[in-house]
Order: sequence, then structure tokens, then C-alpha cells
Amino acid sequence: MEYILIFIAAVFVNNIVLAQFLGICPFLGVSKKVSTALGMTGAVTFVMILATLVTFIVQKSILDPFGIGFMQTITFILIIAALVQMVEIILKKVSPALYQALGVFLPLITTNCAVLGVAIMVIQKDFNLLQSLVFAGSTAIGFGLALTIFAGIREHLELVTVPKGMQGSPIALVTAGLLAMAFMGFSGIV
Amino acid sequence: MNNFKVLANGIFRENPTFALLLGMCPTLGVTTSAINGMGMGLATAFVLIMSNLVISLVSNIIPDKIRIPSFIVIIAAFVTVVDMSMAAYLPALHASLGLFIPLIVVNCIVLGRAEAFASKNKVLPSIFDGLGMGLGFTLSLTLLGSIREILGGGKIFNLPVFNENYGMLIFVLAPGAFLALGYLIAIVNRIRKAN
Repeated sequence: MEYILIFIAAVFVNNIVLAQFLGICPFLGVSKKVSTALGMTGAVTFVMILATLVTFIVQKSILDPFGIGFMQTITFILIIAALVQMVEIILKKVSPALYQALGVFLPLITTNCAVLGVAIMVIQKDFNLLQSLVFAGSTAIGFGLALTIFAGIREHLELVTVPKGMQGSPIALVTAGLLAMAFMGFSGIV
Repeated sequence: MNNFKVLANGIFRENPTFALLLGMCPTLGVTTSAINGMGMGLATAFVLIMSNLVISLVSNIIPDKIRIPSFIVIIAAFVTVVDMSMAAYLPALHASLGLFIPLIVVNCIVLGRAEAFASKNKVLPSIFDGLGMGLGFTLSLTLLGSIREILGGGKIFNLPVFNENYGMLIFVLAPGAFLALGYLIAIVNRIRKAN
């Protein structure tokens, strides 16, 4: 039950993009087509769960015992950067097909604040390892949900005549605002 | 290009928020009030100036291949400085900005300027570039924060403008951030075209 609550809270109520404003760059950048949105979601899910696992272990077994919690930001960002590089190299060797699908998105993920955000959040919320992993996975699904819906809307938006001043990023932001309003309907469930 | 031009470039012509659309997460996340936007902008400006300064000094020594990780470590060090000093001296602001302080490290503006400007230029222009970009970012965050605070709560910098009961709460909540920024960018684009 506890895990279901974490899942619902992370996907719908506190959606990472629409309620917490993390990962806005890929949300606005790679949301022109549903297929790229799905690719990005796959890459983010993979990296987010892996990064949370590694940073959690490092925090609990190195930073906390030695009392160097203030090194958290530096350590975490380096772990994430190294991890993304490693995943890229391994994926290229082991599964070229998957690399073809996710490859272009992987370098972008290092600067995806959602990954670092989740790694820091699970420490702040004082989750245990399993809770952290469920939280990371659910957050990634929430990210994917928002991204896919948004990409779907933007695909339709291509066919509509938008007033000249609103073309491009302004209309995208207003659309995101309306989407955020819809997601606000979930608040208070958990 | 003289230093003054570099400075003005960051504030107006290549304003990180309105022209380059960089650093959207803190722009949307912390601008619930003018003071929060300003605090976040100044914190980012400090990191920008310091990291630009250090990177322009050491960029000749760093091998090209490990450039990006080295830049990230330098930036992360200054973010930690901001995080800890803010927690010590401005605990209220630190609490309301929360997660977004450590996340300055993944702000595309900081790494972007390190890579595009500081690594190729001398110390003094790099400092001015950091200052210009930082002020440009602060300015747009404060502007967005003020607009949201006025529309949402009828206040600006906590000074009442009109009765709170007439405020549109939606502008302080999540959707308002997207709506306000969307229309603000449209207006700024319009002004740019007119000039």
C-alpha cells in the first residue's frame, strides 16, 4: 500500500514536470513528436533508477559515515555524469538496437535536473532503498506521462494557425500551463 | 568587444531567459514571489561570475577531453558555497528556494557560458560576461516573480498593491508559472521585433 501511495503521489499529484518544475528543458525541447518523447522517457527511466540506486548507496555508505554531507552536490553530479557516459558505452557494445533508440537522448540527460533532483529528494525525504527506487521509477513514469501527453498535443498544434506573436515557445508554455491545470485536479488524492 | 558591450549583451540582447530560453526550471519553479526570484537570480549570478572567473584562469591547463567534467566540478564547488552560506545567513530564503539551490549546478546557463565564453576568453571579459548573464537572469526572474506576486496575491516585494481578495491564486500555483512566462515571452518578442 505504501508503495502504491508513493507511485500515485509521484506520477499524478506531485508530477515532476507539471507540479515541481524539474526537467523542463527536455519537456520543451524533445516534445515535438510522440515517438521521440517515448524514446526520451525510456532513457530517463533507465538513468533515473540507476542514478538513484548508486547515489543512495554512496550517500549512506560514504558521505554519511564520514560526515561529509556537504559534498553531496559535487559527488552526485559527478556520479550521474559518469554513469550516463558508462551507460552509453555499455549500451553501444551490448545492445546496438537499444542504443539506436536511446543513444541521442543519453548525453542530454546529464543536465536533466530531474535526475539530480530525484537523487537529492530521496535523501531529503529519508526513504529506504526500496522506497527510493519505487519513487525514482514512478517519477520517471510521471515525467514520461507528462511528456507524451504534451507531445501529442503539440503534434495537433502543428495543424492549427497560431497567432504570430504566440508561435513557438509562448504557445508551448501556455499549453503546458493548461496541462498543469488539468494535473492540479489530482491534488489532495494522497 | 569591450567589456561594457559584453555586459549589456547578457542583460538585453542574449538574455538567458527571454532570448536563449535557458534555465527554465528555476525560472518557473521559484518565481512565486519577487523576492524569491531575485534571490535565485543573485545566487545564480554569483555562481556564474565565480565559475567564469576560475574557468577562464584554468582553461589553458585542462586537457580538452576532460573539459566538461572539470567545469562541472568547479561549478559544483561554488554551488556548494552558495548553498551553505545561504543556509547560514538567509535561512528563510534558503528554505523557500529549497531543492533549486543545489540544482544550480545543472542550470544550462552556467555550463553554457563556461563552455561558450569563459573557456575561450581572458579573465576580465569572462567576469563581465558572468555579471551580464547573471544580471539578465536576475532581472527576468524578478520581473516574472513580481508579475506572479501582483496577479496572484496583490503584493510586490510583500508590499500590498491591492486587496488580497482580488488576487488570482492560480498565478502563484504551478499552472500560473507556465501561463505567465508564456505570455511574457510573447510580449518581449513583440517588443524586440518593434525595435
